Amino acid sequence: MSVMTSSATRPGSIASPPGTGGEATLPEAIPTRILMKGNEAIAEAAIAAGCDAYFGYPITPQAELLEWMARRMPDEGRVFVQAESEIAAINMALGAAAAGARVLVSSSSPGISLMAEAMSYMAGSRLPVVLVNVMRGGPGLGSIGAAQGDYFQATKGHGHGDYRVPVLAPSSIAEAIDLVGEAFLIAERYRTPVMLLADGIIGQAMEPVVPTFRSIPRTPADWTLDGADGRAPRVVRSLHLKPEDLELANDVLQATYREIEAAEVRWAGEELADAEIVLVAYGTAARVARTAVERAREAGLRAGLFRPITLWPFPSAALAERTRDARAVLSVELSAGQMVEDVRLAIEGRVPVFHHGRTGGMVPSPDEVVAAMRHAWATTSGGTR
Amino acid sequence: MSTPLAAPPRLIYQKPALLTSQPTHYCPGCGHGIIHRLLAEVLEDLGVAGRTILVGSVGCSVFAYDYLALDAVESPHGRAAAVATGVKRVRPDHVVFTYQGDGDLAAIGTAEIVHAAARGERITVIFVNNGIYGMTGGQMAPTTLVGQATTSSPRGRDAVTTGYPLPVTEMLSLLPGVAYAARGSVADPGAVGRTKALIRRAFDVQIEGTGFAIVEILSTCPVGWGMTPVEAMERLANEVVRTYPPGVFVDRGRGVTPAMPAPAVAARPAAAERATPAERPVTEG
Repeated sequence: MSVMTSSATRPGSIASPPGTGGEATLPEAIPTRILMKGNEAIAEAAIAAGCDAYFGYPITPQAELLEWMARRMPDEGRVFVQAESEIAAINMALGAAAAGARVLVSSSSPGISLMAEAMSYMAGSRLPVVLVNVMRGGPGLGSIGAAQGDYFQATKGHGHGDYRVPVLAPSSIAEAIDLVGEAFLIAERYRTPVMLLADGIIGQAMEPVVPTFRSIPRTPADWTLDGADGRAPRVVRSLHLKPEDLELANDVLQATYREIEAAEVRWAGEELADAEIVLVAYGTAARVARTAVERAREAGLRAGLFRPITLWPFPSAALAERTRDARAVLSVELSAGQMVEDVRLAIEGRVPVFHHGRTGGMVPSPDEVVAAMRHAWATTSGGTR
Repeated sequence: MSTPLAAPPRLIYQKPALLTSQPTHYCPGCGHGIIHRLLAEVLEDLGVAGRTILVGSVGCSVFAYDYLALDAVESPHGRAAAVATGVKRVRPDHVVFTYQGDGDLAAIGTAEIVHAAARGERITVIFVNNGIYGMTGGQMAPTTLVGQATTSSPRGRDAVTTGYPLPVTEMLSLLPGVAYAARGSVADPGAVGRTKALIRRAFDVQIEGTGFAIVEILSTCPVGWGMTPVEAMERLANEVVRTYPPGVFVDRGRGVTPAMPAPAVAARPAAAERATPAERPVTEG
């Protein structure tokens, strides 16, 4: 599909991202838009943001991100290494971040599992690293289709120990570009790994984007390793053998997480004001849900969409508030039901919560989601709409 | 009649400034103390301590950063060579070295050390081999000798079920990316002096930027071996070196070449250089 052609033949309108069904009028100046593949757009956004080093390993469906970095990073005088494994890649990132570099790593579900150990070490050592997970079907070797089965892994902690990692979930390629910059800012502001959680469709799709790739300012750091010349040595560590010392270190982490929860929650909503049934969905599932909301409204069912953008910190307070007057809540996921648990926790039993999901790389159709909405409606009100 | 004043004492040796005053936790007779001192002396002799970054590992030496006054980063177990790769790639003008035991480097870290060496990362690896897992209580290591009793080979290492000691430095010396590979020991003062020269050369190679440098240092674990410190040093000198002979296996800069030469480059040309379809011969029919 060539959006640029359709723009040229229909002056005065821009085609909105697929699945929305809506159109927006063109502003005075027509911004140039280019078709970009999600994986490549994320890579270019990182380069523009000032990423110093990329470490990765090929895995479908994100190999194009690594390949784009292989071509572009040496052009820019930055570091690129294709490591021997995801374990090596994430540990290279750990070292580079300790030495003060802005670092990106990307992988997909099975590779993220390999990185779990290093995530725990990076969280404990307070290292800023941005990790992109282009989710695929699981468990195990699974499939290469889009899935959201890594929500638990991303939000409940991939590795051992008491830590959280901010998780940003784009729903379009344009949003992914924007969130790459946000990810670096959050990582450096709070000294924490940050995960950008995409899926195989966002990674592989091509969409028109306005190529405004932001340069992201550096956060000053007084803890990085560059040789103890003329100052006391610095040690980047997560080992604190004395329980009293480790508790203090954990207290610092927890205080940081409270700050992040207070300041970094992000979400978007559509047609929530009078919604009787609220869909909760993120990423690619949110695009299907958006179309389902429109079709339901056309059929007279007042539906709305609550779209978390940060999966941790989860927008619990906003979700509870926006669903207060709803009859039912339906969580739509490309999984057997993971985010729905956080939805239930947020809603605390005030409103019935349902789940509709597909696994294996399957994506529900909007009509399938509408049918799930009707089922939820029928179950809660006793009637049919 | 008073005797003439003796000449003031002449300082001929002192603790290197890079060694902190922190008492070490190492056991009596452990080789780590000696090796830390050699490192401190070499880095001071080279005048590079101010731009050196230590990449630590997991083992008895995990606290090396408390004893050496250097910027340091902890690595997960086995990953030091990958962590050091990340550090050196973003700070190529710094001196980056790993300090790893035999479990960290030759068991769980085997992939990372092989590939760092294969890539020719300009790092220095200090590989302390005492043939046992000291920190966790004396279990068998990949470098434990056949017949050696450990807590996980209580009847002595049996080659039939657990194989043979791994000669990592010999294996790595085959790789074209390795510019220096040597083995020494701390068994006696002569050996210690020769090992210091190996360590010095391994850092020189990094500064010259010619490739990967590794020094394996045979060391002791009196508690794990069930011996006195003196017995442990004697075992090192008389038994261990027969399986792990000291020597210089590779020193490219000085013409000590490895067994396997670097392969001749005959790669597939990049896309722009390949013949276009119009230039390929057209066959009839």
